[in-house]
Amino acid sequence: MIRSELIQKIADDNPHLYQRDVERIVNTIFDEITNAMARGDRVELRGFGAFSVKKRDARIGRNPRTGESVQVEEKHVPFFKTGKLLRDRLNGK
Amino acid sequence: MGEKTLTRMDLSEAVFREVGLSRNESAELVETVLQHMSDALVSGEQVKISSFGTFSVRDKAARVGRNPKTGEEVPIQPRRVLTFRPSHLMKERVADGNRRS
Repeated sequence: MIRSELIQKIADDNPHLYQRDVERIVNTIFDEITNAMARGDRVELRGFGAFSVKKRDARIGRNPRTGESVQVEEKHVPFFKTGKLLRDRLNGK
Repeated sequence: MGEKTLTRMDLSEAVFREVGLSRNESAELVETVLQHMSDALVSGEQVKISSFGTFSVRDKAARVGRNPKTGEEVPIQPRRVLTFRPSHLMKERVADGNRRS
């Protein structure tokens, strides 16, 4: 399923809404999650999962081609942990 | 850096602000979005949200695990797990937003 198919499903469920409003609703939800993580916040959606930010420490990396050492700076990466309800549903419980 | 935790309430509040719907209906729409995504994943489908990321379901084989506290061996049944791969855009925004300046 891709974004446009998700939007279509929501539009089918809600015939009283304009398609462009459904698009704005779906986009707002994903933007809000990304914006929260960009601020370093967590987003916890019980039953579905939680989005959080993990810190990766600075390290000495190596250029695999030349073998040269390079300093890799500390960075933050997005992380998702599946919620219990969804994990159970995936396993037919 | 933030460390605040947002919930469904914050997402439906954002929908409420963005589109002229009631708070109640905004909350229901957030729920519907999560429901459709969950249903697709449970049916084994991948969910690919451009510029956000991709959720996919993977099958894990059975293996013998170990209770780290007691050292006891425990069988781990085959299971399906969900993985999320963030898009380049999301990775970039999260890295930039949390960079110490």
